[in-house]
Amino acid sequence: MKIRSQVGMVLNLDKCIGCHTCSITCKNVWTSREGMEYAWFNNVETKPGIGYPKEWENQDKWNGGWVRNRDGSINPKIGGKFRVLANIFANPDLPEIDDYYEPFDFDYQHLHTAPLGKHQPTARPRSLVSGKRMEKIEWGPNWEEILGTEFKKRSVDRNFDNIQKDIYGEFENTFMMYLPRLCEHCLNPTCAAACPSGAIYKREEDGIVLIDQEKCRGWRMCVSGCPYKKIYFNWKSGKSEKCIFCYPRIEAGQPTICSETCVGRIRYLGVLLYDADRIHEVASTESEQDLYKKQLEIFLDPHDPAVIAQARKDGVPDSVIEAAQQSPVYKLAVDWQLALPLHPEYRTLPMVWYVPPLSPIQSAVDAGHVGMNGIIPDVDSLRIPVKYLANLLTAGDEAPVLLALKRLLAMRAYKRAQIVEGFDDQQILEEVGLTTLQVEDMYRYLAIANYEDRYVIPTAHREEAMSEAFAERGGCGFSFGNGCSTGESDINLFGTKKTTRRDVIQTVQMWEE
Amino acid sequence: MDINTILFGVYPYLALLVCVVGCWARYDREQYSWKAGSSQILRTRGMRLASNAFHVGILFVLAGHLVGLLTPEFIYHHVISTPNKQLLAMVSGGLFGALCFIGLTMLIVRRFTDPRVRASSSFSDLLVLVLLYIQLILGLSTIYASSQHLDGSVMVMLANWAQSLVLLQPMEAAASIAPVSLVYKVHVFLGMTLFLIFPFTRLVHIISGLAAPVKYLLRNYQIVRRKRA
Repeated sequence: MKIRSQVGMVLNLDKCIGCHTCSITCKNVWTSREGMEYAWFNNVETKPGIGYPKEWENQDKWNGGWVRNRDGSINPKIGGKFRVLANIFANPDLPEIDDYYEPFDFDYQHLHTAPLGKHQPTARPRSLVSGKRMEKIEWGPNWEEILGTEFKKRSVDRNFDNIQKDIYGEFENTFMMYLPRLCEHCLNPTCAAACPSGAIYKREEDGIVLIDQEKCRGWRMCVSGCPYKKIYFNWKSGKSEKCIFCYPRIEAGQPTICSETCVGRIRYLGVLLYDADRIHEVASTESEQDLYKKQLEIFLDPHDPAVIAQARKDGVPDSVIEAAQQSPVYKLAVDWQLALPLHPEYRTLPMVWYVPPLSPIQSAVDAGHVGMNGIIPDVDSLRIPVKYLANLLTAGDEAPVLLALKRLLAMRAYKRAQIVEGFDDQQILEEVGLTTLQVEDMYRYLAIANYEDRYVIPTAHREEAMSEAFAERGGCGFSFGNGCSTGESDINLFGTKKTTRRDVIQTVQMWEE
Repeated sequence: MDINTILFGVYPYLALLVCVVGCWARYDREQYSWKAGSSQILRTRGMRLASNAFHVGILFVLAGHLVGLLTPEFIYHHVISTPNKQLLAMVSGGLFGALCFIGLTMLIVRRFTDPRVRASSSFSDLLVLVLLYIQLILGLSTIYASSQHLDGSVMVMLANWAQSLVLLQPMEAAASIAPVSLVYKVHVFLGMTLFLIFPFTRLVHIISGLAAPVKYLLRNYQIVRRKRA
């Protein structure tokens, strides 16, 4: 056993209101640079839909994630090492920028400079890639917002597999949910496995997967390897970039910016201890539907004295073990089994998990002829088909999704009975296998969701990373490229630019009459 | 010192020195700028044929130059005679040169005419492509020149030039290359110039492209870094 720790995330989809605050704050902090305009480390999709980039879940098309071979070994779906190297000149599995969207800006300056005329001047869009006028915006990062396109296009969504989807195109049966997405910081990341330069690595202390911007050579294999399409090629710098889980904040014990600013309070951050020696074995599990259960096995009980002893031996600091014992992520994912991984069938062992959303009861229930299971409505009468959620979260296995939904319903019913009717309804809890203590905890974490409960992040032990603290004093902070030195002349010898200069492309056609 | 000695006895050392020191400096101080510079994400169409043809072609041609120029006569005579070696070089170089030509032509058209790729290209991206194109055309036209003398004598002079340079004999090198016709000399000069600009352009990714596979094949799929020293 080799114990490592990771700061994992859980998103409670039941409370996501689709406000995109997470995406916007993330964008403002991390991807407002040239070459990254099209990239959203965090984005919120309306499901069902093909998502961003288009059809990212369709691995027949993009070949992301891992495949299990007949002999039980696994390799990236884009191919083994030789295949990856053979495709280095032209990557056949690389999305084009139009699969995301062509980034654009508006000619705001025209509003100031337009000559006096009969009509009000307008700011028309132009491409941030070519600088040319864009007559019509055809696609964007959230084109399907709140079921924004016709059902026929949206229903290409792979989560409709094995579902008679046509009835969900009818107005009466339509359903939707929000899915905020970011890098999964997987235990078995395909991006890292696909990188010919070895620039992508996982951090032992907090599990954050990063791309070494110095070592990246822009072979762009990681973009194809990642099944979540959460690695973005910065076409200006020629390097790949990805969600960094706001590591400068995490190291300081603060939540990521997407979590911090989440108005719905749906995000949880907490430490999970896991057995690193079992990663390969678990990722190679034969049945895709077993991957979720096997991944649960890899997480270790932070209260178990044997685990604590081994963790100490493997260099996990006591502060991290303590945080693991308080971890909301452990409670949601392991204790209560409410949170489920996103597409475990990709075999990457993702570490950003989701509590499936409840949805309004269909009209039939109101009419009084639909199953009530005691006082809990039947989960089958929920608007979002359970199979759809199962395809999204458990490789199609409905049982874990049903359990999570039932527990959410049971918590509501129990608390309603307790508060409104003053009645301690143990029968509800028995049905879903929860204790009073657990359900009160669930209520505290899910309904009240205090800041201190949602985010339990140990500060990084920076002191261990330096041999001499004195030498670090006055050092330079977060920077790109060549440290804090930006050179003297405006044109760098090797073609880079000053890091503080913003090179937005100039309009090629200023204004056509 | 005459112009021939300066161009073919001194300039090669200058170019190689700049190349080595430049790459070292860039690797050490400006590694963030060290990249392949792919524009595939902006326009995929035609890339599979164009980029593969170009890279396969040029890698073979480069390897051919390296082996062909630097293998001493007394070694390759065990395997092949001088006239036959020239024939082999002309045929294989011609084939892969043609492959490279097809790819490079497509890439140049793409880089200069596609609005997205054009707009995101730096001056050095354009310069490298144009220089390579000129160099490739010069190289292909030496095949015609070589067909006029199939005895391998010119090839031997060029090989002597390269080998003398390696043996640090610039005067002998310049003397060996003096009699060859102009097209070879321009080709050689431009070749040295490519070494000269190498560290300042995207050409540096050749080094990574040769080094990466070795590391990649030898390493585990997953990499974990720890902070603790």
